[in-house]
Amino acid sequence: MLEIINLNKSYGKNKVLTDINLKIQENKIYGLLGRNGVGKTTLLSLISNQLLRSSGEIKLDGEEIFENSKAMEDICLVKDLPESLKERKVKDILALAGIMYKNWDEEYKNYLIKEFNLNVKKKLMKLSTGNKTILGLIIGLASRSRITIFDEQTLGLDAAMRYKFYNLLLEDFENNPRTIIISTHLIDEVANLFEEVIILNDERIALKDEVSVLKEKSYFLAGQEDLINRVIKAKRVIYKDKFGSKSIVGIYGDLTEDERNYIRTNNIEISNIPLQKLFVYLTENTVKGEFSNGFN
Amino acid sequence: MLDLNSDKSIYIQIAEIIENEILLGNLKEEDQAPSTNQFAKVYQINPATARKGLNILVDEGILYKKRGLGMFVAEGARKKIIKKRQLSFFKEILPEVIMEANRLEITLDELIDYIKELKGGE
Repeated sequence: MLEIINLNKSYGKNKVLTDINLKIQENKIYGLLGRNGVGKTTLLSLISNQLLRSSGEIKLDGEEIFENSKAMEDICLVKDLPESLKERKVKDILALAGIMYKNWDEEYKNYLIKEFNLNVKKKLMKLSTGNKTILGLIIGLASRSRITIFDEQTLGLDAAMRYKFYNLLLEDFENNPRTIIISTHLIDEVANLFEEVIILNDERIALKDEVSVLKEKSYFLAGQEDLINRVIKAKRVIYKDKFGSKSIVGIYGDLTEDERNYIRTNNIEISNIPLQKLFVYLTENTVKGEFSNGFN
Repeated sequence: MLDLNSDKSIYIQIAEIIENEILLGNLKEEDQAPSTNQFAKVYQINPATARKGLNILVDEGILYKKRGLGMFVAEGARKKIIKKRQLSFFKEILPEVIMEANRLEITLDELIDYIKELKGGE
């Protein structure tokens, strides 16, 4: 298990992450979501020891990962390949990756090269944007690392290639379970790939939950404002709007049987919030102080 | 088909897909149900989500597990599903219909006549 305890990160005076506490379990696929610039890449780089933290702990199986080369063999972060490799041939870069990760599977790598139809004789700089991304995906998949992280790795990929990646990932995940963390803005496509989702917002973890229960914990309520206000007092309100004389409120959290009865008897309409909208609401600062943001 | 945009949870849809197959007779008692892997691959969903859907049916006694082999349709599964669906039909679907009929000022007799007509025209 990967454990993050009271993690903080600032760039100079600029605070990016505040008191991050997370437990990442074995053999689950996690989605890390959040708006651009919210610190997803920073968090992932900290987890994979490619960035110095300001304070806090990161432990793999109870052992601090900082200056721990053993832990590093188990964590593979896929992000844009460094400029310094641009003169190298694709096959040399793959060979290098093969040395770095202890669970590397050479045969699987060859299979992936065929599946993605990647020309390994080319130099990195000669690859298209999409093929550079594919090279990263191949490294991530073939590394079979206990913790494999894909940080926004869809640049330049068309839908067919992205779905190919999702398929290959699911297929290999069944046979070789491991922890996968995917950060993405293409929530639509991947939401159901995840077992759990982590939402980063405003320097902090805004939510961490199983995808399958998210829909059962988030509701739109529509009805008379004063009636609704009584239900939502103790609830986490993530959306608020008015429609004619009706008040529409999005809440996140479990409803008790009493609350459900109240809703029913007071003619308050209730429906589930689709995942998409839920993510948007949770990553927009819609309900911070006043409900000013009237989008949708 | 799985509707990824539905407000129904995916695992519940998974359970319903199998229930429908059993209701329609495409899956018979003692037949093997699609595996978690098959669901994950065909619908591109997390295997844990698919497992959750299948486990609901195991809990309800509609499927049962054979160690190392997978999940199979239990004896009396179809009857159980029919009973469950009837319950939800009478408790959820029908009250909805009646409420809408009330809003539209359709009397009970009119409603009954119309249902008979529909049924007769089958």
